[in-house]
Amino acid sequence: MGALQSLPGQPEYIDLAEKTGFSFEQIGVLHKRFKQLSHNEETLRRDHFNEIPDLACNPIRAQIVEAFFDRRNFRQNGEGTVEEIGFEEFLVVMSHFRPPSLHMTEEQRESVRKEKLRFLFNMHDTDNDGTITLEEYRHVVEELLSRSGALGKETAKSIADAAMLEVASISMGHMEPDEFYEGITFEHFLKLLNEFEIESRMNIRFLNMDTTTLCK
Amino acid sequence: MRNFNIRGESVRDVVSGSNETWIRPARSTQEDPHDHHGNSTEHKKAFPVLAFNFEHVRKPFEISMWILLALLMKLGFHIIPRISHVVPESCLLIVVGLLVGGTIKAVEGTNAPVLDSKLFFLYLLPPIILDAGYFLPIRPFTENLGTILVFAVLGTLWNVFFIGGTMFAVCQIDGAGLADVDLLSCLLFGSIISAVDPVAVLAVFEEIHINELLHILVFGESLLNDAVTVVLYHLFKEFSHEGSVSVGDALLGVVCFFVVSLGGILVGFIYGILGAFTSRFTSHTRVIEPLFVFLYSYMAYLSAEVFHLSGIMSLIACGVIMRPYVEANISHKSYTTVKYFLKMWSSVSETLIFIFLGVSTVAGPHDWNWTFVVFTVFLCLVSRVLGVIGLTSIINKFRIVKLTKKDQFIVAYGGLRGAIAFSLGFLLTDSKMKHMFLTAIITVIFFTVFVQGMTIRPLVELLAVKRKKESKGSINEEIHTQFLDHLLTGIEDVCGHYGHHHWKDKLNRFNKKYVKKWLIAGERSTEPQLISFYNKLELKQAMMLVESGSTSKLPSVMSSVSMQNIQPREPPRRRAMPSISKSREEEIRKLLRANLQNTRQRLRSYSRHDLMIDPFEDNVSEVHLRKQRVEMGRRMSHYLTVPANRQEAPPVRKVGFQPEHQVFTYDDAESPRSAEMKPRSAAVRLLNELPQRSDQSDAEPNAKQDDQEDQLKLSRGLSDPGPNQEQKES
Repeated sequence: MGALQSLPGQPEYIDLAEKTGFSFEQIGVLHKRFKQLSHNEETLRRDHFNEIPDLACNPIRAQIVEAFFDRRNFRQNGEGTVEEIGFEEFLVVMSHFRPPSLHMTEEQRESVRKEKLRFLFNMHDTDNDGTITLEEYRHVVEELLSRSGALGKETAKSIADAAMLEVASISMGHMEPDEFYEGITFEHFLKLLNEFEIESRMNIRFLNMDTTTLCK
Repeated sequence: MRNFNIRGESVRDVVSGSNETWIRPARSTQEDPHDHHGNSTEHKKAFPVLAFNFEHVRKPFEISMWILLALLMKLGFHIIPRISHVVPESCLLIVVGLLVGGTIKAVEGTNAPVLDSKLFFLYLLPPIILDAGYFLPIRPFTENLGTILVFAVLGTLWNVFFIGGTMFAVCQIDGAGLADVDLLSCLLFGSIISAVDPVAVLAVFEEIHINELLHILVFGESLLNDAVTVVLYHLFKEFSHEGSVSVGDALLGVVCFFVVSLGGILVGFIYGILGAFTSRFTSHTRVIEPLFVFLYSYMAYLSAEVFHLSGIMSLIACGVIMRPYVEANISHKSYTTVKYFLKMWSSVSETLIFIFLGVSTVAGPHDWNWTFVVFTVFLCLVSRVLGVIGLTSIINKFRIVKLTKKDQFIVAYGGLRGAIAFSLGFLLTDSKMKHMFLTAIITVIFFTVFVQGMTIRPLVELLAVKRKKESKGSINEEIHTQFLDHLLTGIEDVCGHYGHHHWKDKLNRFNKKYVKKWLIAGERSTEPQLISFYNKLELKQAMMLVESGSTSKLPSVMSSVSMQNIQPREPPRRRAMPSISKSREEEIRKLLRANLQNTRQRLRSYSRHDLMIDPFEDNVSEVHLRKQRVEMGRRMSHYLTVPANRQEAPPVRKVGFQPEHQVFTYDDAESPRSAEMKPRSAAVRLLNELPQRSDQSDAEPNAKQDDQEDQLKLSRGLSDPGPNQEQKES
């Protein structure tokens, strides 16, 4: 374990660094964390995630854990879920949270935005059909309100309804009374969160991590 | 016969006055009895029908005249659009001040009123700072706090020593006639002139609408550098008499800095908590709620000033701490009052400050020294640019979102100086140096406000700096903001990294669990943020609807998408229920349209009344209102998501009879229908559904009866709440 840290030039690291864009130190630290979480096994499973105590009081814990096991986030155009992930998949999922580098062209920035929004979209679209239906959106809002001493499912429903209405108004503009809005597609999602500046908000600092002290 | 009793002073004295007190001795009033005695013994004077007694009202009169003048000027600028687009308001106001000062000087020859430091620091500055602090956008502020602090503390320190040191070197040049300016005086001067001024920054940046990040960086810096300025100013002022500063004193200065800033924040914190706690109990005396906000904040400022702590930081801390709890407790009207009073006062203050700056420029004794002034202006610019560039290169190592060159330029260019520098200079002890300093300070202020203020707008456009995006209060964005917070916290936990989000989350949970229970009244204490956001949004929309009811257009609906479009499609058999004939439909349509028109007409005549009549303001229970809103949301979704086939009666409309509710519940009470009422065409849709809601075993007569009943209820419901209260109780 200690050896891994001091050998930055590990061949698999080079491969991973290229794939995910992390630096060698960051990969080393994340590898340490991976081993810690998985109790030195080769793969992580869902119950390993459930053991993290801080995560327990997070209202969207289930969705976060699911995101790690969702094939759509592995950048291999896969679909469906897996039961366990290796370090490479762990790293790929984490790389969605890397901040954009300072000197980026507009297209690169745009693609980073799309990627991050795609991650969010996948988290909402649990049944994998490419649209976020009203039911799924309701579920999202319910989860968000679940830890907050909920005022009941009704309020969550009305909030989700209002939100859905807004999306429909923005994306569709004009609809006949008989038409039915199927759900939020990825294009609509992009349009909706256009002003959200997700590329500057959905980031984690990957430096200065000292996992040895945090044995949780 | 009429007798004019004119007091000793002439009208001329009305405007003259030094920066001393405004109090005139009362000797003039004592003359009265003498006059009367004297006159009455000689011949009986007629009772003075008209008398002229100006002394009596002199002080408030002059103050009001000044304020009125300032506001009329402000009004004038906005009527002439061409100028105000090119020249920022602050420049125009200073010019007005110059003109007024010039006029007074020409007419009088004596001194015009000058910007008294006491007046400035105790009366003019606090409203502006409170307005800024209370409405400080917390999220960008805390996210960039590190950067802001570095700019505020290190940036100002760098400015002070660079300008002070270099000016001292300049003063050593022979032939400049500045040999008597020693190092400490230079450093003192540096400490006065270095601080970025919040008033000037606000005045200029407000008009150019740059993006939030840059705005909060420059503005936050201008607020937080007050502590540094206070400490350095007092330090150098104390020691400029003695002529030297020892190392021990310097160390004490550093300690003093921490005491001043943290002490100021602590004082503000205490008053903020007190204010929040007090607001918990004000549900029965709503009218004085805004006063608590103002007074606690002002007390925080004054208390900090007593101990020479940083009053500005105290005021900011008080506003920031107090706001979330107070807003949860006070009524909507009090919130509006607080908002508008703060904006009003800060606007008046700002206007007065700039006008007085102009007047003081004309009035004050000047000592123009070319070398000193030119070098000061030049050095201010240079040190600002160097400071920003140098600090940014350090800061960018720690920032996720780096500052680009454009950002740096705007931050450097936005370092405006203003009235605080002038007032601090004015507080110096009188000496020849003081006049020279004041001249230089005024020149720098003029330069930054005029040159930089006027050119920053075209520069922003030229450099294509990102502008402020218009936020429409989208509920989707709010949902995703919260979602993202939790997501990032979760990922940080997975990484095992105790970062920014982790601590923020912990603070939030602590806040929710303990603090809110103490400081927020009633059940609002457990309301999650998303729900309060949603409620606010609904309230806003309802009020918009009421206001727009007097016009025929409904601006809030821009698309014809309604709730119906997003609900999951029911099985077709329910929809194909032809229970009313075409002719019936036409009748109903006509009736409904007529009613809606009637409503609109009635609204036109009644809406003003409703919004003004609030006799029972104090008795209105806000909790009830909120409950009603939640209820409305519940009922709306209940109704809409379970369309046909429900065998129950239309939900009972609980109409609040308190007049306050009439403003809001015009829509709320009619909740199941109101959401559908918004688009005209939806009215017909609704009617199509009405028959479906009634009993399934519909025979024509039944349906008809139900329709009419519903129809009546609908028309009653839509009618103005005022006169028809009794009818509604059905």
